Amino acid sequence: MPLLDVDNLTIQIPTEAGLLNAVNGVSFTLERGETLAIVGESGSGKSLTSLALMDLLPSRAVRKARSMRFDGIDLMAVGQRKMEDLRGDRMAMIFQEPMTSLNPAYTVGDQLIEALRRHRPVSRAVARERAVHLLERVGITAAASRLGQYPHQLSGGLRQRVMIAMGLMCEPDLIIADEPTTALDVTIQAQILMLLRDIQREFGMGLILVTHDLGVVARVATKVAVMYAGRLVETGPVEAVFGAPSHPYTQGLLRAIPVPGRTRPGEPLGTIPGQVPNLIGPLAGCAFRNRCEHATDACAAAIPERDLGPGHRMACVLDPVATAA
Amino acid sequence: MTVPVLELENVTKIYPVSQGMFKPRAMLTAVGGVSLSVARGEVHALVGESGSGKSTLAKMLLGLTKPTAGEIRIDGVPIAKTDRREVARRIQPVFQDPYSSLNPRKSVADLIALPLVAHRIGTSESRQKMVAAMLDAVGLPRRMIDAYPGQMSGGQRQRVAIARALVMKPDVLICDEPTSALDVSVQAQILNLLMDLKREFKLTYFFISHNLAVVEHLADRVAVMYLGRIVEERGREALFTHASHPYSRALLDCVLTPDPTLGMPDTVIAGSFPNPIAPPPGCAFHPRCPRATDRCHSVAPGPVPVADGVAACHYAN
Amino acid sequence: MSTTSASGAAATAAAGFDSVPVRRSPLARFTKRAARHPGFMAGAFILAVILVMSIGAPLFTTHDPYAQDISKRLIPPIWHAKGTWEHWLGTDKLGRDYFARLLYGGRISLMIGAATVLLSGAIGTALGVAAGFFGGRVDMVIGYIINVRLALPVVLVALAVAALVGTSLNTVIVVLGLLLWDRFAVVARSTTQQIAHADFVAAARAIGCSTRLIVFSEVLPNIINPLIVVATLEMAHAILLEAALSFLGLGVQPPLPSWGLMISEGKQYMFFSPWVITIPGVALVALVLGINLLGDGLRDVTAPDNRS
Ligand SMILES: Nc1ncnc2c1ncn2[C@@H]1O[C@H](COP(=O)(O)OP(=O)(O)OP(=O)(O)O)[C@@H](O)[C@H]1O
Ligand SMILES: Nc1ncnc2c1ncn2[C@@H]1O[C@H](COP(=O)(O)OP(=O)(O)OP(=O)(O)O)[C@@H](O)[C@H]1O
Ligand code: SF4
Ligand code: SF4
Ligand SMILES: [Mg+2]
Ligand SMILES: [Mg+2]
Repeated sequence: MPLLDVDNLTIQIPTEAGLLNAVNGVSFTLERGETLAIVGESGSGKSLTSLALMDLLPSRAVRKARSMRFDGIDLMAVGQRKMEDLRGDRMAMIFQEPMTSLNPAYTVGDQLIEALRRHRPVSRAVARERAVHLLERVGITAAASRLGQYPHQLSGGLRQRVMIAMGLMCEPDLIIADEPTTALDVTIQAQILMLLRDIQREFGMGLILVTHDLGVVARVATKVAVMYAGRLVETGPVEAVFGAPSHPYTQGLLRAIPVPGRTRPGEPLGTIPGQVPNLIGPLAGCAFRNRCEHATDACAAAIPERDLGPGHRMACVLDPVATAA
Repeated sequence: MTVPVLELENVTKIYPVSQGMFKPRAMLTAVGGVSLSVARGEVHALVGESGSGKSTLAKMLLGLTKPTAGEIRIDGVPIAKTDRREVARRIQPVFQDPYSSLNPRKSVADLIALPLVAHRIGTSESRQKMVAAMLDAVGLPRRMIDAYPGQMSGGQRQRVAIARALVMKPDVLICDEPTSALDVSVQAQILNLLMDLKREFKLTYFFISHNLAVVEHLADRVAVMYLGRIVEERGREALFTHASHPYSRALLDCVLTPDPTLGMPDTVIAGSFPNPIAPPPGCAFHPRCPRATDRCHSVAPGPVPVADGVAACHYAN
Repeated sequence: MSTTSASGAAATAAAGFDSVPVRRSPLARFTKRAARHPGFMAGAFILAVILVMSIGAPLFTTHDPYAQDISKRLIPPIWHAKGTWEHWLGTDKLGRDYFARLLYGGRISLMIGAATVLLSGAIGTALGVAAGFFGGRVDMVIGYIINVRLALPVVLVALAVAALVGTSLNTVIVVLGLLLWDRFAVVARSTTQQIAHADFVAAARAIGCSTRLIVFSEVLPNIINPLIVVATLEMAHAILLEAALSFLGLGVQPPLPSWGLMISEGKQYMFFSPWVITIPGVALVALVLGINLLGDGLRDVTAPDNRS
């Protein structure tokens, strides 16, 4: 039984201009010890998908799914109380903005200790010890002295590491990290990614990593899900997706980044012309077709899911052979 | 030898920062004695950790703040002795965040025409024409001329910002992380555009970035900054193939190319960026440097020549 | 890769793909949001009624607000048994038509409100923008001036000035204008501080814009919305203060028909002819309420968009 099994997740948000189809029929599974990276354009629904797993969507948003199971628990059916027990205990989330997700009114220590004591009957002293241990693990020096500090007294990188330590307090089975390193320096990014990878291996957790950075995906993830306009356009093992990117959007993304050794300095990079479609109201057919060079009339109809190899799937009418060129 | 477009000599910027009500003001050396020269037509990149002083250097080049010490020269003429408007005509910025660098209350036409208005160039009709020509140059459809920033995507906004910077036909563009707020696919468009415009308008770029892959793609020369100082300045090839300074090497190790067979790098430098108010003595990098010796703890290294550039490390060679 | 094939273009003729999403102009957005805000609409309605009626006073009454007729003193309004249609809101102690006085008095209230706000708004905005934009020593000095102003009790100062230099419409406007600028200054200062650090101001500097151009074309347009909200609140404030001063006999002088003065002149008759007080009183409350509703509404309507 997979740790996480999401089948046909849909998120709609009513807005002033109409119903926003933010996430549209997203399905994936995650095993223990696996790292799933979700990549895609800004606004493609990555954050909403991860928030939906934690039942933390904005109150206006409507979440639907054929089924959504975490370790056998039906997440669509559990009540508010049970969800609160799961959150922070067995499922933890590291948010995109560390500035806003720590409470400015409490010290770092109080927040870490509280994170454990909310779910486990342990003494403050035990919780404190664990907090110090984890702060050291995330690479914070003089960890004990940081416990008395308030979030605003920490730099962005430190705050982000505190967030990670907080996520780990209860040894969760699943960690969802939404762009945990976007605001950080490359050297700290590397430190934090290594740390997440080590901890995840050590405890056999499932990790979902939301990111823009294809380099991070390639180096850290075992599986990739490429999102575009609220849909999954390609999923698969990281070697397969990077080795034989098949969906035109995935190909476009990989061609757009400069890769030392592959792209020659100064040469034009591949681009994806055009813009993401407006997701308000229904959108039939392939959402990428206004930017796709292979688009045909068939792309305006329902798009079949194709199997490209073990676990490697895409949503596109093209034959994989035709696009692999 | 031709005179470099931009020359920095021992440029220093010290900010007094208050540390609380009753403590004396501390001195924060944001940029400490930077010397650089940028030749006409080249792309000179500046990389380094957050807080190392890159933006402060850019602000001084743009005349937005004055150096505490040292001299900046354009075509051999010190900026301090040049009229601010003249500097503005020669050097233009492109900022990181296209959401905050455009006045939300102005239409595209007004935004791009602002430099012309400020310098009292042309009539309103001739300005309209210049604006339209700039829209073409940066690849924006002319129908966007009356749009407001709130109606545009990040990439389109950055194009407007570039058009605004180019409308005065400057010599040098200071790009402070021009693509780091943009999506990967949009980043590629903007980088291509910058390269095309460089050829078309014979521009020189001073290009600040965190993204070493991008720097390797565009730069002719690269300066690596750490805690307000340039620790290495090399031609692109030389830096990316055999960097001399341990910090440059650490940075290069952290570049994550999208190659799933590689996994995470084995070594990353430990520790975090030091406090710029109380920098470590000797070589500022020594607390994190894998090669530090006793000498590094007490003696600050000066620049030593290395192949195609200089590096500030006792053991650069 | 940078060309879109013809077939690609054809396949997108469907929907949702407009590369420039059709969005409303700022004005259209404002109107739409305003129309959905009940408070804003109510305030705008009340204010519009008062504005139209007082500015167009001669269209609504044929009486002269100054014409006295001692034989028709204190006629009650129409809802009293003794009321007449001739003077449907009754007359005052000098037999002047109360409806006419109310309409012409509205002009005075609105005039005082608007003129005071123009004067105090100009002073406060100039000081606040200067403090926020230049910071440092300028900010310190202006901060000091603001604190001095806040330490002055408005009503007492106004009374003292009125007692010293005598009273007139112009004195009231100048005195209130010189006293009520503090909120403008505080709001202008804090909003300017935010704007002054935005990249677009740095960009304008780097472009070579003069400070004047930056202040007028980059800063002011971005702080005008909160200032308009302050202006509405201060306008209500000024109107009430004028009424209070006039009530104390130190504001507008008779025979001008100010609402505060009408209340003041009516106070000896209020037990037997209560309408002489309630009618201008209700008008005053309605005006202030309308302005405040409009101001609150403006704040909501012009608030920045949420993520949509
Ligand atoms: N609270 C909300 N109200 C209305 N729309 C929202 C809300 N939150 C998100 N959206 C919209 O839903 C879509 C998906 O948003 P989401 O935050 O999941 O994107 P993302 O893929 O995480 O993007 P990014 O890379 O920028 O973080 C976007 O179009 C966004 O504007
Ligand atoms: N106006 C200022 N007053 C005081 N200190 C400042 C000021 N501006 C910058 N600093 C400090 O100077 C140092 C260098 O800042 P700078 O913004 O130049 O760094 P940077 O290299 O551009 O970083 P980033 O990559 O995060 O943009 C930092 O320690 C910063 O806190
Ligand atoms: S379905 Fe059609 S438009 Fe969509 S990606 Fe495939 S080929 Fe392109
Ligand atoms: S001088 Fe010493 S501490 Fe500094 S970089 Fe070189 S080896 Fe490292
Ligand atoms: Mg997100
Ligand atoms: Mg910077």
